[in-house]
Amino acid sequence: MNVGAWRAMMLILNRDLRLSFRRPEQVLQPLVFFLIVTTLFPLGLSVQLSLLRDMAPGVLWVAALLSSLLSLDSLFKNDADDGTLEQLALSGQGLVTIVIAKTLAHWLVSGAALVLVSPVVAIGLAIPVSAFATMLLGLTLGTLTLSWLGAIGAGLTVGLRRGNVLLSLIVLPLAMPLLIFGAGATDRAISGTSAAGALYFLASLCVFTTTLAPFAAAAALRIALD
Amino acid sequence: MNSAAVGLCVDQVHVWRGDRHVLKGISLELRPRELLHVAGPNGAGKTTLLRVATGLLRPEQGSVAWFGKSIARAPSEYQSALAYASHETALKGDLTALENLRFMVGMKRRAAPAELRECLGRAGVAGCADLPVRVLSAGQRRRVVMARILAARAVLWLLDEPFTNLDAAGSALMSALLEDHVNGGGMALVVAHHDLKLQATQRRMELAG
Amino acid sequence: MWTWFYRLASPPHVYRVAATLIPWFLTAAAIAIGYGAIAGLVFAPPDYQQGDAFRIIYVHAPSGWISMFAYSTMAVAGAIGLIWRIKMGHAVAAAAAPIGASFTLLALVTGSLWGRPMWGTYWAWDPRLTSELILLFLYVGVMSLRPAFEDASRGDRAAALLAIVGVVNVPIIHYSVLWWNSLHQGATVAKLGRPSMPPSMLLPLLSMLLGFMCFFGAVLCMRLRGEVLNRERQASWIREAIKS
Repeated sequence: MNVGAWRAMMLILNRDLRLSFRRPEQVLQPLVFFLIVTTLFPLGLSVQLSLLRDMAPGVLWVAALLSSLLSLDSLFKNDADDGTLEQLALSGQGLVTIVIAKTLAHWLVSGAALVLVSPVVAIGLAIPVSAFATMLLGLTLGTLTLSWLGAIGAGLTVGLRRGNVLLSLIVLPLAMPLLIFGAGATDRAISGTSAAGALYFLASLCVFTTTLAPFAAAAALRIALD
Repeated sequence: MNSAAVGLCVDQVHVWRGDRHVLKGISLELRPRELLHVAGPNGAGKTTLLRVATGLLRPEQGSVAWFGKSIARAPSEYQSALAYASHETALKGDLTALENLRFMVGMKRRAAPAELRECLGRAGVAGCADLPVRVLSAGQRRRVVMARILAARAVLWLLDEPFTNLDAAGSALMSALLEDHVNGGGMALVVAHHDLKLQATQRRMELAG
Repeated sequence: MWTWFYRLASPPHVYRVAATLIPWFLTAAAIAIGYGAIAGLVFAPPDYQQGDAFRIIYVHAPSGWISMFAYSTMAVAGAIGLIWRIKMGHAVAAAAAPIGASFTLLALVTGSLWGRPMWGTYWAWDPRLTSELILLFLYVGVMSLRPAFEDASRGDRAAALLAIVGVVNVPIIHYSVLWWNSLHQGATVAKLGRPSMPPSMLLPLLSMLLGFMCFFGAVLCMRLRGEVLNRERQASWIREAIKS
């Protein structure tokens, strides 16, 4: 008797999360990178608190983007290298189901972890606590969108030797609108004006990519498995 | 002569890899209770042919059908009837043998851990069930792959060099499993560069380079 | 009815058709650009606000349009190659990419030169400029992805998929001036209803656009022939074609 898509997704999520927790350093390294990069800006520019606050949303988001890119390379690569991806593709579940499950599992240990760590970084960047709600919501939507975009990029570059450079080249232009609206939302929250417009836009970007990206990433994997 | 309906039918398949015409109009038929041994020199396209049979590789020309239905039209139905073993073991080193089986077989059908342990036992690696795969030897990993194939309960076995890294006992076990499978009504397409010493009905197909 | 479509899938046919089209495209381009340049640069009256500086529109606006048109061509051709597995689709996509990227660069550079007298700055991070810059990066991404694969067919398909994913950006570029408060001027020509430009300025502009399109067509056909030669280098008809 066949296994339903939901159960299959839970299995893949279970498997990927288990694998991530058995190699905690792979989860922690991008987070540490995030912390270090956000520290570099205030150190390098030795700015006053008020100027730091102005730069903060941009610095936060650029750092989040770059550290997400670091971990995206491994989204499909590990499975492709040991032949597991082929087995998943032949499991009868369809590549779209597999892509959704793996991307969500990946987001939980990269993007979501980033969101949890962001208040610490925000304090370091002099972002007022009143802006935290907007920042957290924006980062959640943004990192999720980025994971979907990254899935497309990872799917396209999975078999390539220097794939991680190309991955960044592909994902970053697609992620620029994210950066603009995410940093814009946080910026508005800091200055006290309504960030609703930017957040709605981020949410619509998130919905758009969530519905379409799995199909594009599945198509990319099909090309790679050929 | 086997008069059962044709299970797997590969018809006039052409595959190019870059400029190389790897498969030039290859056809084959496989019926229940049959084993087809695909042989040939390196680079002849044996692995490519096997991957075409799985449906992962879409041929430029030609088709693959399962009991008359094109596999491109109903892929998940076909995939639940097959078990594929490639050159790589497709085992996660950080998971135990049992966990590997649980996640891979679990995608196709619900299987109780006890049943999976039994399959590992039949493959001779019952003691490795709770060990992470990365500490197992190459031969033991191959046996875990055997257990996976058994646990999948698939009608069609597509195996690429299944005797790699197996010692004499392991090879004998693999042969026995193949025989049991074929005699029990299953089908197998086996790529191997050496002769298979089996008693079951086997045909041989030689791919030229 | 579909025979012409399927004949387009035949490399020798494409090679011959492209060869016959090139002189027509070049002639039309020369005439249209010739008229547009002279009428626009010399005869059109100076703008009441910007004086003569506005004349760069005759290069800038057509470049922008072609950059979007080329990307759409690349995406559609790639989709044809991906969905119907027609190899000539991939050849057209590969041929169009560098041309489109060049026009994007031209649009950005001419726009930057125009920005200095008009806004006082060579660059501004406003929606239209930013999305056009993103378009350039998308071109670079597609052009870098294709050769990264050892198997050329796989590279073609991956590049086609990426082009299709990025095509979302094209309508964003076009509508950005409408959707956001942009520094960039709004649509003056591609509006439904009467364009807000006098004919003495508009006609040279349309002529330049037509000329640029024909030029794009000519260069595309030239590059396409090169792509066909490269892709079909093992085929037997090549030897005949090269002799003629």
